[in-house]
Amino acid sequence: MTRGEIKNVILEIIEDIDEDADFGSLNPDEPLRDQLDLDSMDFLDIVMELRKRYKLQIPEEEYPELSTLSSCVNYLEPKLNDF
Amino acid sequence: MQNSRDHERIVITGVGLAAPNASNLAEFRKKLLTGKSEITSIDLRYMGEAPAGICTFAETKYRKKKENKRGTRAGCIGVYCANEAVADAGVDFSCYDKARTGVYIGLTEHGTVETENEVYNISQYDYNVDYWTHHHNPRTVLNNPAGEITMNLGITGPHYSVGAACAAGNAALIQGTQMLRLGEVDFALCGGISECVDSFGIFASFRAQGALAEHPDPTKASRPFDAARNGIVISEGGCIFTLERLDSALKRGARIYGEITGYAMNSDARDFVLPYGERQAECMQLALQRAGLSPRDITIINTHATGTKQGDIEECKAVRKIFSDCPNTWINNTKSNIGHAMGAAGVLELAGNLPSFVDNQVHPTINLDNLDDECNLSGIVANKPKQLDKVNTILNNSFGMVGINSAVIVARFDEDTL
Repeated sequence: MTRGEIKNVILEIIEDIDEDADFGSLNPDEPLRDQLDLDSMDFLDIVMELRKRYKLQIPEEEYPELSTLSSCVNYLEPKLNDF
Repeated sequence: MQNSRDHERIVITGVGLAAPNASNLAEFRKKLLTGKSEITSIDLRYMGEAPAGICTFAETKYRKKKENKRGTRAGCIGVYCANEAVADAGVDFSCYDKARTGVYIGLTEHGTVETENEVYNISQYDYNVDYWTHHHNPRTVLNNPAGEITMNLGITGPHYSVGAACAAGNAALIQGTQMLRLGEVDFALCGGISECVDSFGIFASFRAQGALAEHPDPTKASRPFDAARNGIVISEGGCIFTLERLDSALKRGARIYGEITGYAMNSDARDFVLPYGERQAECMQLALQRAGLSPRDITIINTHATGTKQGDIEECKAVRKIFSDCPNTWINNTKSNIGHAMGAAGVLELAGNLPSFVDNQVHPTINLDNLDDECNLSGIVANKPKQLDKVNTILNNSFGMVGINSAVIVARFDEDTL
């Protein structure tokens, strides 16, 4: 999976959580929580969806890796290499 | 003239509802008077088709789709009904402190739907509980629907659920009345909610008990007192009332739907599912006594009857025992129109009758083609509404499994008689 595809997967999952989410002015290097209507339960939804789609088990101590769109892509790129 | 007693008199000042045939009181009343049932058919997981009452209301009028998705169907119904009730009451919280506002919601059950859905979800992943949702606990705690209402409205006073099987709506109304009288709160949102049409288990259990209605035409499936009745039509729904003390309601010039003048609850203490007319009669009698009324003072009895063989007969025995000599007492059944909305049933049915204080009509029990001899009560209003000179009082029955009974009496409120 390319970095662009991973980014689209993350945005698709967020859109599924909140279809009103506005990605127009999203800064990929700023925390998603500061820019979108997302809280800790929503992040667990992202983790669960990645588990369902790709059987990824993300340990709790690595959740901070999902804080920005760029860090999501960096963290997931090696894990989704074979998809 | 207001007096100190007005501080203990509790009145209904707002109504918000979601019924299978309406999403506000005016529409609901119109459908009840025209005898219009909108019971439909639902396709249930594992089970197939069954008649059911499904609500269509503006689900995103008061909160975002995202919040509806995170919360429960009961929470979604509750948020809609609570907002509608507060708006109907004309309360903007400048006259009531949100910390002195209570939310009391009656539930027959809660968590069944969410648990069934989650078990189905993990069945898609070889029952690996790593796929069990983190939303399960906040969705299934028993205070969930009431809590979702407080989060939505920013109410910081007490909230909790009242579990009372199908007497739960009345029970929550009684709870709110008591909390206002005790001075625990100044403004109360009380009612009942049911999301149970999303649970195959509730349908399957009633079917296993031989108590689930069947009919080729779903609109004719709910037929209390009819000789051909064959069980319950399960519905979802919700209804929330705003309650206030009479003195504060008058002070702010509130429109008053009626006054809660009597109530009672008791227990059969004998059977898990079979109702018991003797105890139901005692319950109605106690409510009358507390209201300082005699049976002849009751204008309308909204019966609980659900369309089961024995349940309807038991309630008729109870009504006959108390009201046998009451030629001016009229009897209806709202479940014939909307099915059995479980925890919401008592309050939805009471709401449907409240406009009778204005239009002086008794809405009919529909689908009553051949009255069962054992349900023969002289005052049943069947298939078309009855116009009266004046409706003064409504007695609202709600009974439930494991032997729980409730009766609430609401009286017409005339300000000029104060």
